[in-house]
Amino acid sequence: MDEIVKMIGLKNNCTFCGVFRRQALDRGAALLKVDKVATGHNADDIAETVLLNILRGDIARLSRCTSIITGEDGPIPRCKPFKYTYEKEIVMYAYFKKLDYFSTECIYSPNAYRGFAREFIKDLERIRPRAILDIIKSGEDFRISTTTKMPEQGTCERCGYISSQKWCKACVLLEGLNRGLPKLGIGRTQGLNSDGKKDRKRDSRTPSIESKQCGSLEF
Amino acid sequence: MHLTLEFGGGLELLCKSVKFHNVNVDLPKGADKLSMRDLLAWVRTNLIKERPEMFMKGESVRPGVLVLVNDCDWELSGQLDTTLEEKDVVVFISTLHGG
Repeated sequence: MDEIVKMIGLKNNCTFCGVFRRQALDRGAALLKVDKVATGHNADDIAETVLLNILRGDIARLSRCTSIITGEDGPIPRCKPFKYTYEKEIVMYAYFKKLDYFSTECIYSPNAYRGFAREFIKDLERIRPRAILDIIKSGEDFRISTTTKMPEQGTCERCGYISSQKWCKACVLLEGLNRGLPKLGIGRTQGLNSDGKKDRKRDSRTPSIESKQCGSLEF
Repeated sequence: MHLTLEFGGGLELLCKSVKFHNVNVDLPKGADKLSMRDLLAWVRTNLIKERPEMFMKGESVRPGVLVLVNDCDWELSGQLDTTLEEKDVVVFISTLHGG
């Protein structure tokens, strides 16, 4: 990751890390031939993701991010058993049970957009702790307007993995890094910047570094 | 007043990586009790060696930092108004981690 950051700078780090980590998880799961993958996303994470997707107008992700099970129609479904558990509860449990855990924070996270959503949510939690669960509930009950164009699922031309564009995000990012084009796959597109840490990296765009004109975003 | 303080979840890095501190805190002038409010100010001055904004925001802890007084969440004992007694154990754990 340090080498990637040397190439791309301190912005959009989450995009690369999240997409590649997710790919590694998926590939590893496929190699082990598992039935399901469970991740440790907690209530705070889901609430942050809902807010983040609203702030960035990422409608495709907004509709998916509160599902407790995703990828059911794919080879390996994923689930988030701790979806309704507050991070605070988890930390208290770990403390009283004297569980050993990593608490190091990613060194690039101060520059992450998610940090703003996190700060806001923590302030909200202090005033009204139910806010976190209520944000998740709102996210679950969002319905996307039928006139909104949504991406369709297909397969990546390069690696055959599931994708909503011609090339999956991982392939686009990798191509960009190998060709010395750090901005490939980053920029104003239909899917917008992906904070890929929790999100599926499925939508991307065909390799091109043209940027769209203001006001011409299509959804 | 003798107290035991513990820093966890990464907060120990702000106190030169020392997790446990046995401290002696003086009561503020003219007061007969020590409150958490007083203790926080004392900690910020005497124990936090770097990045104080990671530990405190305003006169309270930064949102996301869990505070336990004798293994009990301080929200149940009045938060900043919680009064401390001799040999109490106060734990500060940061719940913010990951990337």
